[in-house]
Amino acid sequence: MDIRAIHAVTRFGLGQRGAEAPPADPEAWLTSQLEAPDAVLAGHLPDSRSALEAIHLVDVGDAQFRKGMIPQAPPYIGDRYQADRKWAIATLIGSGQPFRERLVMFWANHFTVSARAGGAVLALVEAYVAEAIRPHVTGRFEDMLSAVMHHPGMLYYLDNATSVGPNSTMGRARGGGLNENLARECLELHTMGAKSGYTQQDVTSFARILTGWSVDRNNEPRGFVFRPETHEPGPKVLLGQTYPEGHEGGVAALRWLAHHPATYRRLSEQLVRHFVADAPDPQDVAHIAGVLTATGGDLKAATLALIKLPNAWMPLTKFRTPVEYIVAVYRALDFIPATVEDRAKAYATTEFLGQAFHAASLPNGWSDVGADWVGGEDLVRRADWAYTMAGRTDAPDPAAAAAACGPLLSAETAQQVRRAGSRQEALALLLASPEFMRR
Amino acid sequence: MMLRRRTALLGLAAAVTFGGASLAMADADTRKRFVVVILRSALDGLSVVVPYGDANLRNWRGSLVLPEPGRDGGLLALGGFWGLHPGLPQIHALYRAGQALPIHAVAGPNRSRSHFEAQDILECGADRRMESGWMNRLAGVLPASGDGDNALALGQTVPLILRGPTPIDAWGRGNVPAATADFYTQLLAIHDRDPLTKAALTDGLRDRNFNTHALDGMPGTGGDAPFIALARTGGRLLAKPNGPRLAVLDADGWDTHSSQNPRLSYALPVLDNGIAALKDGLGAAWADTVVLVVTEFGRTVRVNGTGGTDHGTGTAAFVLGGGVAGGRVQADWPGLSEAKLFENRDVQPTLDLRSLAKGILAQHYSLGPQPLETVFPDSTGFAPARGLLRA
Repeated sequence: MDIRAIHAVTRFGLGQRGAEAPPADPEAWLTSQLEAPDAVLAGHLPDSRSALEAIHLVDVGDAQFRKGMIPQAPPYIGDRYQADRKWAIATLIGSGQPFRERLVMFWANHFTVSARAGGAVLALVEAYVAEAIRPHVTGRFEDMLSAVMHHPGMLYYLDNATSVGPNSTMGRARGGGLNENLARECLELHTMGAKSGYTQQDVTSFARILTGWSVDRNNEPRGFVFRPETHEPGPKVLLGQTYPEGHEGGVAALRWLAHHPATYRRLSEQLVRHFVADAPDPQDVAHIAGVLTATGGDLKAATLALIKLPNAWMPLTKFRTPVEYIVAVYRALDFIPATVEDRAKAYATTEFLGQAFHAASLPNGWSDVGADWVGGEDLVRRADWAYTMAGRTDAPDPAAAAAACGPLLSAETAQQVRRAGSRQEALALLLASPEFMRR
Repeated sequence: MMLRRRTALLGLAAAVTFGGASLAMADADTRKRFVVVILRSALDGLSVVVPYGDANLRNWRGSLVLPEPGRDGGLLALGGFWGLHPGLPQIHALYRAGQALPIHAVAGPNRSRSHFEAQDILECGADRRMESGWMNRLAGVLPASGDGDNALALGQTVPLILRGPTPIDAWGRGNVPAATADFYTQLLAIHDRDPLTKAALTDGLRDRNFNTHALDGMPGTGGDAPFIALARTGGRLLAKPNGPRLAVLDADGWDTHSSQNPRLSYALPVLDNGIAALKDGLGAAWADTVVLVVTEFGRTVRVNGTGGTDHGTGTAAFVLGGGVAGGRVQADWPGLSEAKLFENRDVQPTLDLRSLAKGILAQHYSLGPQPLETVFPDSTGFAPARGLLRA
């Protein structure tokens, strides 16, 4: 077997699925996934408009309950949307466009909106990924940034929906004021990065620029709304650039940030860290940043350049995060969770192995560095879970599963798999091997 | 980082993670115990150790300020100028017993107002990023205990403050049925040459054993919040005569950009009960224990538009324990007049966290300038704070 074929599936995809033959032309296989439209977008997707309506109806129900008009408060909104996350993880496991899904995972983590925030944010997480991230992973970074910053999920998650300009009509009449959270994280995490030269004044000024960027969940069309009554009047200066009052000021500021050299550098470093090595080679980073600069932030061009990096073809340099590991195990077993119960189990495993799906602890998302994922208990849990999964009655023959890993498997592991005392042990050893924990 | 497990059945200690809270430990050959509680995501010091006697407080904070001591729902008295948030009654009881020392206007070395950067720097214990954390270096400076590693992390991750060259033990709770012994033996064999996984896997497996055989009464039995369960366990492990001596507990949930008062009234009792559980777990060893409660930075003096506060600078900390010179508030209080605010928005810090930590270590472990410099490099400008512990 060509090591490049199985490497492409492992490094850039989600792992080999069952006995499926690895691609004959790995680069063409990857490229075609970027060219073809996203199959998931053609299907039924979670959507923010209906989620906002549901949130609104819960608001109404809560108010009625408080007034004694109805006997019971409506159920917690978050509970109804857990199903979306289970759907999302099953979609990932069964994907026929795994490279595209990896890009969705990468960008959703870069622009984290975490279900851990609960309530309205939890209800919106999968709609956010479907609407703000997924359509743009092979588009322009500027468009993704704009979609993210206009999305109700992000506006709620980082508190901008309720930020009020102190001198706006609303600010003067009723008080209220700025919330810097989104402005700061947009600079620090989403675009330029910490230490790229912005100051506290820039953060505050950007927060002023973004006042009025809010969400209407009470009236159609539900979704993003620019509220002039909470927008801080007057022009504002961000990093030496002056932006006019109004929604267009924020749009222009985001466009400028999207194309800033520090943003390109940061995105390149993150892409290379994710797809190539924990400690990115500065030349690789500079190369991808150069592509972003030359193309004005074309993410397809940057991704294509990424798969052409010689370093990207060094096998098994990256340690799989728990979610990557879980998805790879399911795919190796060719077990695509379809029932409500199976999907719930797949989701619960992400919590059990320490990376609850779409529920990062903090706005900076999950770590992309192997050392952060090798707690002792963590690895034993992986092994125990692999052992349980290997005990499924429809699990593949261990020898066939080992053969599917091809030249990625070391001689030692192959030998232990052959020597194991039972089929379950053999398959579990393969799935819990150091090679399988990497991509 | 080296991860090794100390002899399992000795009952030497561990680190656990449950939900958003985690505990990691290190040990040293001494009776003195030292615990650091990191309140991740920036605690608003002005809401917790409240300078209600500062005339400017109400101008800035308005409705966020709780009533003065003695009034309904009011602050707990800390001697006139200061009041403690009413969500901390057990810490207040320690204060009255002279075992709690609230500190104010303190800050770490970093001024970025970035959670992640400031936490990293706080944990490195230097004004620059380092490869190791200061509790790891402390574990290395204290005399090694005779029979194994000096430090132990409980749970899925070892916090940066405990990472570094000094070996760390690790333990976490497992609840999946174990496979056969053969399976684990073979598993170790195929990880034998792996630089990333071998040590961790070895630790993890020994810890399972350790968990099954030696640790009865481990958490997960009660209905406590994870932090509280973790604190109680940590206390018990530290209390053992040959147990670990250093531990780190993490608690998050302090990033009160909105609805600050309701959020704190939920989060602070968890901290309060956790401290009580830690003391309870320690039993008689509380007399030999110092607990340092810190956060990466404080929050803006002004209230933001959503009933909360944004990222700031100076904040509060606590030194707790049987030997603490408590029952008073220690602060070089800068005041809250507009001219005194740091960058016209935050509490001006007048004490560096390194001075605070060095003050504890100097007295608690009799560490001189040289070991203190090892634990906190390039910190000679930040002299150890004096009089934190009773002589």
